[in-house]
Amino acid sequence: MRARNYFVGAAFALLAGGMAHSALAQDIKIGEINSYSLLPAFTEPYRKGWQLAVEEINAAGGINGKKLVVISKDDGGKPADAQTAANELVSSEGVAMLAGTFLSNIGLAVSDFANQKKVFFLAAEPLTDAITWSKGNKYTFRLRPSNYMQAAMLVEAASKLPAKRWATIAPNYEYGQSAVAVFKKLMSAKRPDIQWVDEQWPPQGKIDAGPVVQAVAAANPEAILNVTFGADLVKLVREGNTRGLFKGREVVSFLTGEPEYLDPLKDETPEGWIVTGYPWYSIKTPEHDAFLKAYQAKYNDYPRLGSIVGYQTIKSAAAILAKAGSTDPEKLIAAAEGLSMPSPFGEITFRKIDHQSTLGAFVGKTALKDGKGVMVDSSYKKGADYLPSDAEVAKLRPKD
Amino acid sequence: MAFYVVQFLTGLASAASLFLVASGLSIIFGVTRIVNFAHGAFYMIGAYIAFTLTERLSGAFGFWGSIVLAALAVALIGVIVEMVLLRRIYHAPELFQLLATFGLTLMVEDLVVLIWGPDDLVGRRAPGFKGAIDFFGQNIPSYDLFLIVLGPVVLGILWLLFQRTRWGVLVRAATQDRDMVAALGVNQKWLFTSVFAVGVFLAALGGALQIPRDAVHHAMDLRIIVEVFVVVVIGGLGSIVGAFVAAVLVSELNAFGILIFPKISIILVFLVMAVVLIVRPWGLFGKPEAAARKTPGLTVNPWRPLTSNERLAALAALVVAATLPLFAGNYALTVGSEIAVFVIFAVSLHFLMSVGGLASFGHAAYFGLGAYGIAFLAKMAGLPMIVCLLLGPLLGCMGAAVFGFFAVQLSGVYFAMLTLAFAQIVWSIAFQWVSVTGGDNGILGLWPSSWAASPSHFYWLALGVAALVTIALRAMVFSPFGYALRATRDSLLRSEAIGIDAKRIQWTAFVIAGTTAGIGGALFAYLKGSVFPDNLGISLSVDALVMVLLGGVETVSGAVIGAIVYKALNIWLVSQTDLSKLVLGGFIVLIVVVFPKGIVGMLEMLVQRRRKSSPPGSPLLAKPIESAE
Repeated sequence: MRARNYFVGAAFALLAGGMAHSALAQDIKIGEINSYSLLPAFTEPYRKGWQLAVEEINAAGGINGKKLVVISKDDGGKPADAQTAANELVSSEGVAMLAGTFLSNIGLAVSDFANQKKVFFLAAEPLTDAITWSKGNKYTFRLRPSNYMQAAMLVEAASKLPAKRWATIAPNYEYGQSAVAVFKKLMSAKRPDIQWVDEQWPPQGKIDAGPVVQAVAAANPEAILNVTFGADLVKLVREGNTRGLFKGREVVSFLTGEPEYLDPLKDETPEGWIVTGYPWYSIKTPEHDAFLKAYQAKYNDYPRLGSIVGYQTIKSAAAILAKAGSTDPEKLIAAAEGLSMPSPFGEITFRKIDHQSTLGAFVGKTALKDGKGVMVDSSYKKGADYLPSDAEVAKLRPKD
Repeated sequence: MAFYVVQFLTGLASAASLFLVASGLSIIFGVTRIVNFAHGAFYMIGAYIAFTLTERLSGAFGFWGSIVLAALAVALIGVIVEMVLLRRIYHAPELFQLLATFGLTLMVEDLVVLIWGPDDLVGRRAPGFKGAIDFFGQNIPSYDLFLIVLGPVVLGILWLLFQRTRWGVLVRAATQDRDMVAALGVNQKWLFTSVFAVGVFLAALGGALQIPRDAVHHAMDLRIIVEVFVVVVIGGLGSIVGAFVAAVLVSELNAFGILIFPKISIILVFLVMAVVLIVRPWGLFGKPEAAARKTPGLTVNPWRPLTSNERLAALAALVVAATLPLFAGNYALTVGSEIAVFVIFAVSLHFLMSVGGLASFGHAAYFGLGAYGIAFLAKMAGLPMIVCLLLGPLLGCMGAAVFGFFAVQLSGVYFAMLTLAFAQIVWSIAFQWVSVTGGDNGILGLWPSSWAASPSHFYWLALGVAALVTIALRAMVFSPFGYALRATRDSLLRSEAIGIDAKRIQWTAFVIAGTTAGIGGALFAYLKGSVFPDNLGISLSVDALVMVLLGGVETVSGAVIGAIVYKALNIWLVSQTDLSKLVLGGFIVLIVVVFPKGIVGMLEMLVQRRRKSSPPGSPLLAKPIESAE
């Protein structure tokens, strides 16, 4: 037991050592948290994106003359560790706001922390509707188009399909469940004639694709909704291709057009799926061109959707900080509500009513080109057009 | 009808992949008794190397050559790992090798991202097995048929190897009684190395063969390791045929289960394992473990209560810890609270493992139940914090009472795996029962009442509870109950012969440990302000095991140090470096080599040695300590 004293001392000496940071007192600090070690395929481009944004902001004179510093932490994919990181950023680094997160449960954990500790939090990636609606709070804002918005964009295209018998395949956790639920609800509202003939819920990351594909095929649907992504998607596509599941069937798929998930499929990319995604190669707007040029010049690599999310998260944070002219959380909230700013996808606004940004997404079809998967016939869907009416949102969100 | 046949064949293909990996694990465990946590890592490296090779070498020969070459290369890595690392620690306490292989796994997860990059890699299809075969209108991928044939072929080769070669005879003999094999003059070193190499080869082959149907990525190892363990245990440890039957059973139940319950996959293997172990305690084809031949009392230093000086030192340490709020900031205090919570969690497992000799692989279940207990009481019943803290751990207590009853009927690794199965069942309930538990989005907004809200108050609360729990469990170790429990650990037969009701004693210990873990979980819920299924998950159970082993499983309170070192290091590394897993894994491997008895175990041994050299040492403790082996 004697050693305990020593180890406690050592542990805290180490911690104290870690607290010393190169940032100067007059710098403006943003605390950033993401699942770097768990999801490197998404978070590495994401990190590059926000690093580019920091560089651009400081090159342009910082925020109201002050240098912007982003302090980044890994949460390892665990909500509890994300809170530890958030606490470190707020309590010992003294950051002006928190930003980032990928997984929905981690986004919610940090948003609850922000609400409790009265800290401004800009959620970058988590898609769950709960973060702005049922579990929304005044300190939390969210950048990416939510589950609901992406479902609404896909439903717009899917409801025009003649298919009446639908099956769903989704990972068995909150994201998959709510994506399917929203899609079904919106779809059935537009097309009461639709039948839902089968649903498959493989565990996230552990799909046993053969039996799943076989089971879906046995229900003989005319169209399939897919929500799996990453390695699960690869297995599903490979099994589905070999077993002819997608032949003669329409497929509507969440996120599959994002380079993170589309590129690994290479020459096995299934053609004609209706997907949300990011066709960086075919976006021809001045805003995006500027971003693309800067990104490729810095990294000699093409951007993924994560790059956009990382870039715009820090750009948005900087715009909010600049407008507030202060790091007081209440002033930051006041500044952020209703604030419009440019983005690589065009102007976006953080809505006052639910703190959701109007960043949109691209909807298009998958195709094969030179042995690689691409998105074709894509068009940008503005986020603002795919949100429910203000009256409905007010009902969904608890009063602050 | 054709559909059911095809679904059955699809299940068989899944079973073949599972079997390859599981058979390797089973062989390694049977002979060396190593719970090889790194088996999944070898599987993953096999896939990565095979990916690189198949991209370079073209043609049919290139592809199949690459697969075999990759498996051989990984087997070589396995040999190096065995000779450099594991050989040093075969004589360490049971399960200590788990710690080493856990450290390796952590390192490999970061290393593959460093070497191969973060993107998912999709390899080539197998030449000659690219398409599908039409079976009455249903498509069967030809690669599936290849796997279906390969499974039994590998089984046959292994059978021949074990039944018809001298090496196989030795392996079987060692699986049954390795001390006897050693006594008969067989060179164990090379036997173990060769067995490890074969096991790793099979794992890597299993990984390499996934290239045509899976994506290669850095989380492949965790995806498979638990599942193959379950398969091995269902089949019966050390039984290759058992592993095959279990793989088929699990895969077929999954293939047909999802037709009726599409959400069954998440829990199926654990349900099967729980049922099998309750009905057949040694798996389908396993045999009861031969009684260990260790002589109690010789491998372990006799435990004694702290001397007055040591008590004073411990008290002083506590006082120093209690003054932390005077000079540390809020973040350090919150980290301190978290460490205190994990001290509670670790000592509760340590009580079960060290004193009771029952290593639980699912201890997080009771920690998490305590946390959910708080969530239900605070959010649904709206009770005040103090009442919640008193009542919340009761959920952990109840869980432990129910599951413990079944678990203590088993022993050794079977006990461990049944606790794992129960933990996973509880986890999946928390994960799936969205209307009550909120699913994986958890239950939010459980912040402490104002009297405990400030970081310093909460720190004192957590520290106080941790100290009380540690003292209470220590007192129990030296109580008549503790002696009885230690008796059941050291010799079940002898303890029953003198009239100890072993199962009841062990059950009681299980409930005590579960309740204590629940106390930790309850505090954790308030510390984080939220509860997630993660709080019941495998990774938390593994963390607890690592803390206990790091501290020293043969000590009375080593888990306290183990928890402090592991948690502080973990939090610090995650905060400071992007390669925290690599550094932490390397650190664990280093500790394993330098402190083969755990940190506290090693310190105690050093103190012992010093006492021995100075004459006034107690005669009992001065006795030479020998390993019974």
